[in-house]
Amino acid sequence: MSKTYYNPDDLRKFGEITEWSEELGNKFFDYYGKVFEEGALSAREKSLIALAVSHVVKCPYCIDAYTKDGLQRGITKEEMMEAVHAGAAIESGATLVHGVQMMNKYDKLSM
Amino acid sequence: MALLKSLSARKNDLSKPENQLAFLSNGIFKEGELPFFKDKIAKTGNYPLKPEKLEILQLNLGYMCNQVCSHCHVDAGPDRKEIMTKETMQQCLEVIKTTKAHTLDLTGGAPEMNPNFRWFVEEASKAGIKDFIVRSNLTIILANKKYHDLPEFFKKYNVHVVSSLPFYKKEKTDKQRGTGVFDKSIKALQMLNAVGYAQPETELKLDLVYNPSGAFLPTNQQALEQDFKTALKEDFNIDFDNLFAITNLPISRFLEFLIASENYEDYMYALVEAYNPAAVESVMCTNTISVSWDGWLYDCDFNQMLELKVDSKVQHISDYNEDLLNNREIRISQHCYGCTAGAGSSCQGTVA
Repeated sequence: MSKTYYNPDDLRKFGEITEWSEELGNKFFDYYGKVFEEGALSAREKSLIALAVSHVVKCPYCIDAYTKDGLQRGITKEEMMEAVHAGAAIESGATLVHGVQMMNKYDKLSM
Repeated sequence: MALLKSLSARKNDLSKPENQLAFLSNGIFKEGELPFFKDKIAKTGNYPLKPEKLEILQLNLGYMCNQVCSHCHVDAGPDRKEIMTKETMQQCLEVIKTTKAHTLDLTGGAPEMNPNFRWFVEEASKAGIKDFIVRSNLTIILANKKYHDLPEFFKKYNVHVVSSLPFYKKEKTDKQRGTGVFDKSIKALQMLNAVGYAQPETELKLDLVYNPSGAFLPTNQQALEQDFKTALKEDFNIDFDNLFAITNLPISRFLEFLIASENYEDYMYALVEAYNPAAVESVMCTNTISVSWDGWLYDCDFNQMLELKVDSKVQHISDYNEDLLNNREIRISQHCYGCTAGAGSSCQGTVA
């Protein structure tokens, strides 16, 4: 048994989740594959969104996967870093907007 | 940063083809984690791999090059002295006169550095081969005054120029091919455009070769071509015809990089996972004969670098016989996964 929670080699085994629940696993991978096809958004744009979300949900597997995907698609490192900042800005904004709740509560409680 | 010397000059173990082949057959393959290429293609009914109709005769005029690119499968560089002699060129010319191949493809190293290059192009062009390719690294055009007129020379003989440009940005290109390579490549492309290459009023063809600058596979060739076209036009007013996306094969200096950067296993997994039986059907060794600087015959340029001569009674240009060669079995190893991944890869780009 691995002594660490995350093992980079496990990413290659992702597909094996279907072995313990074939129907749900297959449905997930079908859905996943469909989502990243060319559509109203290009596959390139979706790759950048996936990279940003990977950082926000702090998934090391996803970060590895979508950094590589971006390189393969010819996405530049400047574009990748801007995508990460977009994710980070939303994440920090989501924290900070709660500041309004704090202000509201503060004002309500104060004389 | 680009390497300063070839594996050969550094006396690196990987400069010996037998060591590369041993490496590619051990580890994850020997331990059964990944299937041998032979077993993989047998499963999809493609073993043994046999030639189809010969279309391309590819001649390697020598391993000397003015660049030392970090991914080079030839291990080419200024320190390589292997150069095709005029005598071997004469033997090639005899073959060119009678071959059924419609494409003649000159490669290297930098083929232009062969002292008999121009004479050979003049002679070979007389055979009237339909598509006459020279693989130019572009920077050679600016490397020395004596090469400055190469665009005019190519034009005169209606040479189809195929040039490497790993990316449309300076940083990635220079990292793979050496400092200053991008700026010189751009200048050379502008010179080719100026004499009429890739211009609507001429039929002079200029194609670019993209290969990933790292341990990852190329993506959709058409999408990349569009990105290259837009960026090169907007930034440098450069036109070209087609972009060929070529996968880096795990041999020579690229293999050295994969091992040193601990990317080897992941890369091989990615290649095997992307195995595409449709690509096997059209893999380039089925329509190509590769001739080395010293006249030996190979199934492809990669096998040439691994010294896997054709499995035929005929092994040298001096005994060339197309019918006999067409009965051979193509020699394979794990590096072949590089040509069968995804949309496939060949010197003419994707195949599937």
